[in-house]
Amino acid sequence: MLKTLKTLKTPIMLAAVFSASALFSGCTKKTDDQSGTAQVAAVKSEPSGAQASEIVIGEYGSFTGNEATFGQSTDKGLKMAIDETNKAGGIKGKQIKLIALDDQGKAEEAAAVVTRLITQNKVVALIGEVASSRTLAAAPIAQEHKIPMISPSSTNPKVTEIGDNIFRVCFIDPFQGTVMAKFAFEHLKVKKVAILRDVKSDYSVGLADYFIKKFKELGGEVVADESYQGGEMDFKPQLTKLKSKTPEAIFIPGYYTEVGLIARQARALNISAPLLGGDGWDSSKLFEIGGKDINGSYFSNHFTTESTDPAVVDFLKRYKEKYNGETADGLAALGYDAGKILIAAIERAGEAKPELIRAEIAKTKDFVGVTGKISIDSQRNATKPAMVVKVDGNVNRYVTTITP
Amino acid sequence: MQEFIQHIINGISLGSIYALIALGYTMVYGILQLINFAHSEVYMVGAFAAYYGARLLNLTDKPGYGTLVILLVISMVICSVVGLTIERFAYRPLRKAPKLNILITAIGVSLFLQYGGQIVFGADPKVFPNVLEDSTITSFGAVELRSFDVAILGVTLFFMTAITYLIQKTKVGKAMRAVSTNHTVASLMGIDTNKIIAITFIIGSSLAGVGSVLVGMKYPKIDPLMGTLIGLKAFVAAVLGGIGNLGGAVVGGLLMGVCEEMVVGYLSSTYRDAFAFGILIVILFFRPAGLLGRVSQEKV
Repeated sequence: MLKTLKTLKTPIMLAAVFSASALFSGCTKKTDDQSGTAQVAAVKSEPSGAQASEIVIGEYGSFTGNEATFGQSTDKGLKMAIDETNKAGGIKGKQIKLIALDDQGKAEEAAAVVTRLITQNKVVALIGEVASSRTLAAAPIAQEHKIPMISPSSTNPKVTEIGDNIFRVCFIDPFQGTVMAKFAFEHLKVKKVAILRDVKSDYSVGLADYFIKKFKELGGEVVADESYQGGEMDFKPQLTKLKSKTPEAIFIPGYYTEVGLIARQARALNISAPLLGGDGWDSSKLFEIGGKDINGSYFSNHFTTESTDPAVVDFLKRYKEKYNGETADGLAALGYDAGKILIAAIERAGEAKPELIRAEIAKTKDFVGVTGKISIDSQRNATKPAMVVKVDGNVNRYVTTITP
Repeated sequence: MQEFIQHIINGISLGSIYALIALGYTMVYGILQLINFAHSEVYMVGAFAAYYGARLLNLTDKPGYGTLVILLVISMVICSVVGLTIERFAYRPLRKAPKLNILITAIGVSLFLQYGGQIVFGADPKVFPNVLEDSTITSFGAVELRSFDVAILGVTLFFMTAITYLIQKTKVGKAMRAVSTNHTVASLMGIDTNKIIAITFIIGSSLAGVGSVLVGMKYPKIDPLMGTLIGLKAFVAAVLGGIGNLGGAVVGGLLMGVCEEMVVGYLSSTYRDAFAFGILIVILFFRPAGLLGRVSQEKV
C-alpha cells in the first residue's frame, strides 16, 4: 500500500506542478495580451516621455469578480471625464490615453496590475481603487515609484498615510460621524442621542467614536452607548435598554443588513426616535429588509441623484446620454471627480511629469465637483461636504449638505 | 420594572426559537448519541425553501394564517427530505464506525451545505416573505406584547407537546425509546432500527423547518450562513437542559434566551455571548448532565 502510494505520488505531484504552472503562465499570458496592445500603443505614442502627443493615465479596478459593479461604475465616470477633456482638445493639445486594467477584486492582483501600469505602460498618474484593501495593496508600489495616485472612493484613513503620492477625493470614515453629529444637533435639533454600534467593524466603531466626540462638543448628551455584532439578528435587549433612556435620535453606523432588522425591532418596541447612519446603509436592500419601519431615517452619503445643484443635474443628464439611460451612482460620480481633479492638476503642471502632477494635486482647492466642493488637505484627504439623505421607500430623498 | 418585564418577554420569544431547534439536536442525540452539526444547515435550507416556495406560489406579500401554514408545510417537507438524505448518505454508511467519524462527517455536511448554499442561493441576504402582520396585542406602560412573540411561544409549546405525546404514547415512540436504549437489542426484538432512525431525522428536521419559518417571520433577513450562530446556541441550549431530554431542550432554550437578554439589559451588550455562555458554564459545573439530564451509567 505504502509503495503504491509512493510510486503514485511522484507523477501526481509532477502533474500538479505542471498544471499549476500551465495555469499560471496561462494567466500571465492573458493579461500580457491585454496590456500588450495597450503597451504597444503607449510606446508608439510616447517615444520620449513628456514630449509625446499623448498623456498616459493608468486605472485599476474590479471590473470582474464579486464587486464588479464598483469597478465598472468608477470606470464609466472616469471615462466620461477623460472623453470630455479629449473632445475639448485635450490638455494643451495632447490627448489623454487611459489604460484600464482589471484587478478582479483581488488585492494581490491590484499590486500586480499597478506594477505593470507603472513599469511597462509608464503612466504618469494612477486612479484607483474603490475598496480600501486593494488601494492599500497598490499604494506602496505607486509611492515607491513616485507616481501620484488618486483613490476615488477608499474611505479607510490608512490609505493616504502610505505616502505623499497617495490622494483621495472622498471623505474618510471619521468624517461621517462628525457630519451626522452636526446634522442631529443643528438640523434635527436633538439634544439626547443613543448609539448602537457594530463592535465587530472598525468602520462602525470609528463613526460612533467621532459622532460622540462631536456631539458632546456641540453640547449634546449621549444617553446610551450600546453595541451589537454584525451577523446577529436579535437586537431587542439593546433597544429595550435604549428605550428606557428616551433618546431623541439613535445613531446606528452599521451596514444595511443589520440596520433593516434593527429598524423593525425598534418600531415593534414602540421607539419612534429617528434612526441615523452612514454610507454603509446605502443599498437597495435597506428598504427591502427594513420595510416601512426604516422610512424617515437619515444617513450620510457621498452623492445624491436628487441634488438640485446644476453641476450634478448636468452630470446626471450627460451620463444618461452616454450610457444608454443609466443613472449614475455615487461611485461613478466619484470616478468622474477623481478624473477631473487629475486633469486639472496636469493642466496646471504644464508638463506631464509625475512629480509636477503630484505637487499640483496637492494644491487642489475648492474644486467644484459633482460630489461637492473638494479641497485636498495636508494629509492628502479630501475636505468636502457630505450629503444627508432621508429614506423614503426605495428613494433616498436629499435633505441637506453638511460642510466640514 | 417595566423594562425588566420587557426583557423577560423578549427573552422568552428568542428562547422559544432556540428551544425549537434544540429539540432537533436532542432527539438525534437521544437516539444515535450523535451531535448532528448539519442540523443548523437543515434549518437554513428550510428558510430558503419557504422563501422560494412563497415566490413560486405568489405568496410573498399575502400575510395571513393560511400563508403561515402553507410555508410551514413547505419548509417541513423540504427539511425532512434534506434531513433524511443526510442520514441516508452521510450517517447510515458509518453506523458501525467509531462515533468520532460520524461527528466529523456531520461537520463536513454542515460546511458543504453552508458553502453550497452560497453558490446556489447567492451570498447576499434575501428578504423573507411577509408571513403575518405583527401587531401589539397589549401594551401596559412601556411594555409591548407583540403577536409574533405569542405565536412563536405557542407554536413551540404545541410541537413540544406533540412530540412528547408521540414518544411516550405511540408505538413508534416506544420503538424510538427502545432504539435509544440499545440498538442491537431493539433490532433483536423485531424493530427496524434504520426505519426508526430515519423517522427521528424526519421529525427533528421538520422542527428545524418550523423554526426557520418562525425566525424568517420575525427577523426577515435570510442568508446561507444564518444557521451557524443560532445552531450553536440551540446546541448549547440542548446541552444545558440535558441533551437527549425533550423537556430539557425547551427549558434550556428559554433559559438561554432570557440569559442573553438580561446580560445585554443589565451588564454589557459588547460581551453578550461571553456572559451568556459564561453563565451556562457555571450551571454545567454544578449539573454536568444538564438541568434535566440524568447522569447515565457508562455502558460497557
